[in-house]
Amino acid sequence: MHWSWLPEYFPIIAHGLYVTLFILVFSVVVGFILAVPIGLIQVTGSAPARWIAGAFCGYIRGTPLLTQLWLLYYGLGSTFPLIPGFREHFMWLVRLDAFYYALLAFTLSFAGYEAEIMRGAFLSVPRGELEAARAFGMSPWKVNSRIWFPRAVLQVLPTLTGEVIGQLKSTPLVFTIPVLDLMSAISQVRQDTYIIYEPLIFLAIIYMILTYFITRAFGYLEKLIPQRR
Amino acid sequence: MAKDNSQTAVVVEDLHKSFGQLEVLKGVSLAAREGDVVSMIGASGSGKSTFLRCINFLELPTRGRISVTGEEIVLTPGKDGDLHPSDRRQVERIRTKLGMVFQSFNLWQHMTVLQNVIEAPVHVLGLSKAEAIERAEALLNKVGLYEKRDQYPSFLSGGQQQRAAIARALCMNPKVMLFDEPTSALDPELVGEVLKVIRDLAEEGRTMILVTHEMKFARDVSSHVIYLHKGIIEEQGPPKQVFGAPKSERCKQFVSSVH
Repeated sequence: MHWSWLPEYFPIIAHGLYVTLFILVFSVVVGFILAVPIGLIQVTGSAPARWIAGAFCGYIRGTPLLTQLWLLYYGLGSTFPLIPGFREHFMWLVRLDAFYYALLAFTLSFAGYEAEIMRGAFLSVPRGELEAARAFGMSPWKVNSRIWFPRAVLQVLPTLTGEVIGQLKSTPLVFTIPVLDLMSAISQVRQDTYIIYEPLIFLAIIYMILTYFITRAFGYLEKLIPQRR
Repeated sequence: MAKDNSQTAVVVEDLHKSFGQLEVLKGVSLAAREGDVVSMIGASGSGKSTFLRCINFLELPTRGRISVTGEEIVLTPGKDGDLHPSDRRQVERIRTKLGMVFQSFNLWQHMTVLQNVIEAPVHVLGLSKAEAIERAEALLNKVGLYEKRDQYPSFLSGGQQQRAAIARALCMNPKVMLFDEPTSALDPELVGEVLKVIRDLAEEGRTMILVTHEMKFARDVSSHVIYLHKGIIEEQGPPKQVFGAPKSERCKQFVSSVH
């Protein structure tokens, strides 16, 4: 077993871990914030709004994340230089940095999946509970913010664990556009040193540890709301 | 209706309600004064629940007038053929005076019993949390659920859930309590504990409108009984008359068949 590479490459690996975690946390948090209104529109929106929200979810769920990522980076990204004066603009730097495309693609993807789940959650809140809220004089806004939203969000919490873990394990895809995440840091070790197994074993262990912590964190959250389901 | 000079709590005049082609209520009127306990009986599908739900506008009537504590709700005809409240806020204010208890309890499952009880007093009436908790704990004590106040509804029996729902309605300090078949979803052995709570409220002089299948109970606690058949009041009067000597043949049959 060769582990001599570890001290030398530790800073690169640590940075890769940081990038992976940043993409994960950002896309999960922002994606979920987007998912709530998109899910709600699918339940209560006007017909055109429902159609747009439904089409968005259909695209996200119907295409591989890798395709979405490449469409954004190589597709959308390549249209920016066509804008006159764009190359001189500071946004050019953003164009160059694949990291932002990764953030965007992962956030939209998470939003699309979770919106579909939120849609179901909104529908699954018993109508009687909303009716009770109305019967006690709550305004439509109060009914939503006090009863409907929290009730629906708590309902999806158990499924969210799996979704977040799935999102973590999709992050190596950013390696292809290219973003220097955890996976690509390990890959660099392999390229430089021709050591193959040990870095990959190390990588697998890190992902498992991260998964463990995600599971624990959501388990804790769920325990705060002891409901019989 | 016993006390003649007391104030009217709920007045409903000529209420009609149709669901599409089906006319469920064909002109039902009711006047409940403060302290009255009005029971509505009748077979399933007679329209009694729909009538109760029209009082606080969970269902929109097709025709008719409704006043609560002397205030008439302003209604405008909508395109769907129902009457819609002209001012949402008026209905919201009226609803705070009507404490509704549902057949299926409808407790908010993501809140503890205590949180359920203080929710509307704090977020609708604007009571301080401390004040609401004080009120809620007294009520939970009264319905025998003080020890369960930090439990979530799904951990309670049906009877306990319904008693919590009654405490939740009472905590709004309503002028009138509306009970929509409060014991119909309960196992037979749990019915008694809920009826006992409702009976206590009746004895305290609470104004109540009660839709029920519990004939003996209706006979005991009511000041006025309405027998509804296919959307029309077939018989009404003091319980002695409706249960003891009904004029209508149909009512006689119904009362004797359920007994």
